[in-house]
Amino acid sequence: MWTAVLLAGVGCYLLKLAGLSLPERVLSHATVERVADLIPVALLAALVAVQVGSSGTALTLDARALGLGFAVVALLLRLPFLVVVVGAAAVAALARLV
Amino acid sequence: MTEAALTPSERSAIVRDSLAVGVATGAYGVGFGAVSVASGLSVAQTCVLSLLMFTGASQFALAGVVAAGGAPLSGAATALLLGTRNTLYGLRMGPLLRWRGWRRAAAAHVLIDESTAMSVNRETTEAARLGFLTTGVSVFVLWNLATAIGAVAGEAVGDPRTYGLDAAVGAAFLALLWPRLKDRRNVLVAGLAAVVALSMVPLAAPGVPVLAAGGVALLVGVLARRQDPTEIPGPDDVAGGHR
Repeated sequence: MWTAVLLAGVGCYLLKLAGLSLPERVLSHATVERVADLIPVALLAALVAVQVGSSGTALTLDARALGLGFAVVALLLRLPFLVVVVGAAAVAALARLV
Repeated sequence: MTEAALTPSERSAIVRDSLAVGVATGAYGVGFGAVSVASGLSVAQTCVLSLLMFTGASQFALAGVVAAGGAPLSGAATALLLGTRNTLYGLRMGPLLRWRGWRRAAAAHVLIDESTAMSVNRETTEAARLGFLTTGVSVFVLWNLATAIGAVAGEAVGDPRTYGLDAAVGAAFLALLWPRLKDRRNVLVAGLAAVVALSMVPLAAPGVPVLAAGGVALLVGVLARRQDPTEIPGPDDVAGGHR
């Protein structure tokens, strides 16, 4: 675990430094720019899906989905980040109580 | 780029806005701390992530993959892939901030969504630097403080499911994704990526489905024709920013 923490930590710093150090024209290659732009979209969407819809190697549907439902409504209403996240947790916790 | 100095009122407006973002984002660190120890990382590992990696989405991703039972290294790979976002920000911010040497090396550490959002639209280097540093440093200090509090508290409260913390992580990723969903192609990619990831869950080791979904980005990016502007977060897109 420590190896992963340190490796990813140092790697993320180097990615930041590379951005500030490289000339901006690296972005002028259209395909590079599109892929780089789409990576966070794909990864974040996959993380949402896996985080909410799976346990280990099983697909699941439970209180987490209700929490995510709350998050969607809260985001549509443009509520602050903290409300979105804490509210989703509260909704899931309440659903588990009943 | 003009070189007119900032007036005191412009200066204090930038500082005020930046600090608001710093406080809102920093507070969020409590959630990371709690989620991270619940995922199986130690308090020390959790704090080192916030100090060294210091980019929220990547930190949550590493913890999320590990929590799902994935290998720590696939967690690290996901974190690094998400971290490439900061490289894009840096390419845009470099010519605006115009730092060299050790200042650039130090500034790179606080190059994140929030510091970029609060400085990318400034008209002068001086204003951009002020917004960048005030946001970056305040988020750094508060995020690390909050992480430590969350990690220690998280260890004390036991099963995170009781408090719905597992649901909070999904909501956090969604909140990070949300500003990017204004674009139709992004909505398509997000939907495809979610389907790919879920369909691979029963087949692959935990952590792998998320990485595989990254392939959707590669495929669509290579096949697409339409150009789209590099996505850099603005003040509307970060916690505590203007909405």
